[in-house]
Amino acid sequence: MAESNIISPENLVYEKTSVMTDRILHYCPGCGHGTAHRMLAEAIDELGIQGDTIGVAPVGCSVLAYYYFDVDMQEAAHGRAPAVATGIKRMLPERYVFTYQGDGDLAAIGTAETIHACNRGENILIVFINNGIYGMTGGQMAPTTLPGMKTSTSPRGRDVATMGNPLKITELVAELPGTYFVTRQSVHAPANARKAKRAMKKALEYQKLKKGTCFIEIVSNCPSGWKMTPAQSNKWMEENMFPFYPLGDIKVPEQ
Amino acid sequence: MARKGDVVINIERCKGCEICLSACPNEVLALSSEVNSKGYHYAIKVNSECIGCANCAVVCPDAVITVYREKAVKK
Amino acid sequence: MKELRLMKGNEALAEAAIRAGADAYFGYPITPQSEVIEYLMRENPADRTGMQVLQAESEVAAINMVYGAAGCGKRAMTSSSSPGISLKMEGISYIAGAELPCVVVNVVRAGPGLGTIQPSQSDYFQAVKGGGHGDYKLIVLAPATVQESVDYVKLAFELAFKYRNPVMILSDGIIGQMMEKVELFEQMPRSTEEYEWATLGKKPGKDSVIVTSLQLQSEEQEKVNLRLQAKYREVEKNEVRFETYACEDAEYLFAAFGSCARITRKALDMARAKGIKVGIIRPQTLYPFPVDEINRLAGQVKGILTVEMNAGQMVEDVRLAVNGKTPVEFYGRFGGMIPTPDEILKALEQKIIGG
Repeated sequence: MAESNIISPENLVYEKTSVMTDRILHYCPGCGHGTAHRMLAEAIDELGIQGDTIGVAPVGCSVLAYYYFDVDMQEAAHGRAPAVATGIKRMLPERYVFTYQGDGDLAAIGTAETIHACNRGENILIVFINNGIYGMTGGQMAPTTLPGMKTSTSPRGRDVATMGNPLKITELVAELPGTYFVTRQSVHAPANARKAKRAMKKALEYQKLKKGTCFIEIVSNCPSGWKMTPAQSNKWMEENMFPFYPLGDIKVPEQ
Repeated sequence: MARKGDVVINIERCKGCEICLSACPNEVLALSSEVNSKGYHYAIKVNSECIGCANCAVVCPDAVITVYREKAVKK
Repeated sequence: MKELRLMKGNEALAEAAIRAGADAYFGYPITPQSEVIEYLMRENPADRTGMQVLQAESEVAAINMVYGAAGCGKRAMTSSSSPGISLKMEGISYIAGAELPCVVVNVVRAGPGLGTIQPSQSDYFQAVKGGGHGDYKLIVLAPATVQESVDYVKLAFELAFKYRNPVMILSDGIIGQMMEKVELFEQMPRSTEEYEWATLGKKPGKDSVIVTSLQLQSEEQEKVNLRLQAKYREVEKNEVRFETYACEDAEYLFAAFGSCARITRKALDMARAKGIKVGIIRPQTLYPFPVDEINRLAGQVKGILTVEMNAGQMVEDVRLAVNGKTPVEFYGRFGGMIPTPDEILKALEQKIIGG
């Protein structure tokens, strides 16, 4: 189609936020990481806190998140992001500090760091991407893999009798007195992505109150790991992940 | 009548995931038969029904879509 | 103002951290070093200097808190004892890889495994050869007195920031637990320097700061390694520290470090009283190791006895330094046992003089 005269600066309604760099994301086509990154970056942008924000990247698919967020960032060892973020926040209490972690990082190897940072009520934002699989290492079972779900280390489906149950760590941290705001969102559809961004914005604003940890789970897809097209993976997520990991606020600040 | 919109797609960054297709209320977008330098069929506009809602851009994992919408006409 | 006090090694070290202007301490209790965090919590340095102290959920978390604080250019320290240091090794490797400064204190107890809480020097290899994964080095300071425990905290922060490298103070259960007279240095101000490599918030017009030890491209990772190796060569050139005693006329030589060197000094006095001309070299930096001085002394003496509270670790570095010039023998006790001066003298007579 020919470009219309609508395309002019004064008519601009949406462009990539400058809090994301121009690097091409290394994620697979259709992966929710890119959208989750952007929602967080837009929240930072809209709050005008790019220069006051320090992020912590995990080990997992988003290990290179620091190439995409145009904010100062540290790369943590696998699972240790909440401890690294604790070190940062204790040194720079007026900065906005977030971690961005996957399910293996946050809910398996880093469970202790997650629980204890939340239980101390560290004034940080933890963004938790749950797609029920280890993406970077090639599709192994995650702590959040659904019962019966096939992965390369549960090739006949997750057998809870021998492989244990999926861990609802978000409900778990919501029980801790140190958490202030706990919610579960998704970014696969426009309304959901916008809602997720609002949650991130709120969580960052709450950091100023110094009232505890904000924890946002994003239930996301892994088309490559799940061996589906992106569209199929989003449909599968709605039909299988959402019933087990229902979207919505789990703990909201008392008014 | 809804305000008119338009999109600009950075086809070199597009990975052809099709997420934007299902987000569009007016079926403005489709995948090209051509591929970009990375070998992906990229998103293209196939009609002029865009209303500038930005749904496609919001869900695009690779941030390849820029959205424009004409200003409300003063009566 | 300088101040004389009678203090326990671990407590003196904690006081030195406050006085050295440390910004943060993150730790986890383990015998025989729990007095470090206990002293800090009691002393509440937040009131004195603003220094933050936090008891972490594990040694693993503590070292990663150090990583986060160090990444902000802050003076961060942690301490532990052997099993806890093993847990910290992951984080230490990352800190070395990301080229961050920090101070790690190991008040060594005997291993392997849970071992015993009694003093030992069996973590020598872990400290000087790397300990965690990858080609990296810690600068390792080995105090022999409570006074050195204090002075080395200050020195450790200086070296850590000079080279942007983790520095380990390799103490042991003897030095950590014993009380000695100590002269405390004056309170130093906490640094307000904003380092360009530190994550403090992106500055307008500047690139964002990234603290990482990851380079996926081999060519880039090799460059990181080459840079690290160049740094270690600088450290080897500039930072070797050792003490020698009675070496001028020595026909034999003791080599020992830390608390064990003090016991060996007693054996030296006993040997001298019997007319045996023996000297001692005590490396104060275990990395960088006093290779040149040991090699020089090797040309002078008829034999060297290395004495350690382990099964023979530093002796390997002594042999490398001696490079065949003179016989090198070893005497050690381990598992938390401490050699006596009598045993050491006997070992000198049997293994070196009679050998």
